[in-house]
Amino acid sequence: MPRHEVVSPIPGVFYRRPDPNSPEYVKPGQTVTADDPVGLVEVMKSFHPVPAGVAGAVVDFVAEGDSVVDAGQVLVILEVEG
Amino acid sequence: MKRLLVANRGEIAVRIIRAARDLGIETVAVASEADLDAAHARLADTVVPIGPAPATKSYLLPAGIVAAAREAGADAVHPGYGFLSERADFAAAVADAGLTFVGPDASVIEQMGDKVRARQVAMAAGVPTVPGTVDGVSDVSAAVAAAAEVGYPVMLKAAAGGGGRGIRVVNDEAELRSAFPTASGEAASAFGDGRMYLERFIRSARHVEVQVLGDGTDAIHVFERECSLQRRRQKVIEEAPAPGVDADIRAAMTAAAVRLCREVGYRSAGTCEFLVDDDTGEFFFIEMNTRIQVEHPVTELITGIDLVARQLRIASGEPLNIGQSDVTKRGHAVEFRICAEDPDRGFMPGPGRIGHVELPGGPWVRTDTWLRPGGAVSPFYDSLIAKVVVWGEDRPTALRRARRALGEFTVEGVPTTTTLLTEIIDQPWFASGEFNTGTLEDWLAERAKPSGTGAVA
Repeated sequence: MPRHEVVSPIPGVFYRRPDPNSPEYVKPGQTVTADDPVGLVEVMKSFHPVPAGVAGAVVDFVAEGDSVVDAGQVLVILEVEG
Repeated sequence: MKRLLVANRGEIAVRIIRAARDLGIETVAVASEADLDAAHARLADTVVPIGPAPATKSYLLPAGIVAAAREAGADAVHPGYGFLSERADFAAAVADAGLTFVGPDASVIEQMGDKVRARQVAMAAGVPTVPGTVDGVSDVSAAVAAAAEVGYPVMLKAAAGGGGRGIRVVNDEAELRSAFPTASGEAASAFGDGRMYLERFIRSARHVEVQVLGDGTDAIHVFERECSLQRRRQKVIEEAPAPGVDADIRAAMTAAAVRLCREVGYRSAGTCEFLVDDDTGEFFFIEMNTRIQVEHPVTELITGIDLVARQLRIASGEPLNIGQSDVTKRGHAVEFRICAEDPDRGFMPGPGRIGHVELPGGPWVRTDTWLRPGGAVSPFYDSLIAKVVVWGEDRPTALRRARRALGEFTVEGVPTTTTLLTEIIDQPWFASGEFNTGTLEDWLAERAKPSGTGAVA
């Protein structure tokens, strides 16, 4: 099955949760639609949800939560729906 | 005060370093790993590194800043705006370390930072607040009596609620009588409590704020600023004097702000924010900011008073040395906030390396910035890259000069809001000064629609 890499559209800080007290957006094994957010990138005090981009199943996180990421850096790997 | 640590970054750190230098005070900058080569770090006499790039690990750590001040032999700390500037625990930590905090006492920051307590202080000082009930009311006749005092239109809110559920606006007693039972019933089933708060509904208002200076004993105002043009509660353009405020409202509002400062024994520069009701001309206190504001330069340009230098002199123990009658205003000043954001892509921030830079200059144009070629807009901090502030003998003159100055502003490498600001200058509602706190967002929403309505693609 083809894999899809979800990359950060912008440099910033990557978060796996919408806020510190909420559960993670997605967990490995979970199926998502293209519009489902898989994480959040904070840049210059504004927060940008990162959509999965394709429908599929979450394989794994590549970027650590609360870590500094660059534009184009891989955040999450998905298995594309057959 | 011999050596001042500036606990901030960006344009305000640069602004504070300059004010200190003008007074012969040595300056210490603090810099995160992302800022070691930034303008404020280069400009200060010395710089102390304070940790990793994210502000939560550097600029927002009180203990690290106090340690930096000790290490550098500073005897005072200026917090700027944002970051730790309105954190009472930081002001207390600075004072406990035997250093001078450039701002009001920690207890005053705490008092004015709590909305309920600030409202109580305002009422004690005879400063008008948005009329409303203190306790919830549970039946129609009590609601009718309360609404008569609050004044229509009245907003009904569930006493136990939140998130806007059950909020209704009623225009007169008949509407209240019919709406109250339903609203109260909904509140009872949603929250188990049918009591309702009543508050005056302000349909359309301007955001006007009064600049104040106090030395702990005496207090004066330095006129008002109009700050209604906001996007997502961030101010975009500010001006002084406020175009929609007549002499009577100005006199009453500035007097109210001074009463509030005297009530708390305010020391330093501060700002009292008010809503001015477009329908009635009434003004209501919302909150007090116990720090220097981003938009302070417009006040400086119409009065000739250096507000940051005043903060430093008051903090060193000088009395105000300036009476109310010494404060006069002349002409009109407007500030434009230039941000590294792309207005045509939903104001997406655009961090990046800065290429060529051209800053506006010439008569009565002031550009407060940290920009320099080869610098970088960091993804870790806010997007404000420059404030272009212009003065003119009247508002039309200032706006013509603003159009000229914004046209001279060039920064390569990052997107900016400069052309959008120029577009705003050309809008009839801006030129005529007829706008309120909702105008900018309404216009932006219209502008974002696909063409056919004159919107820019």
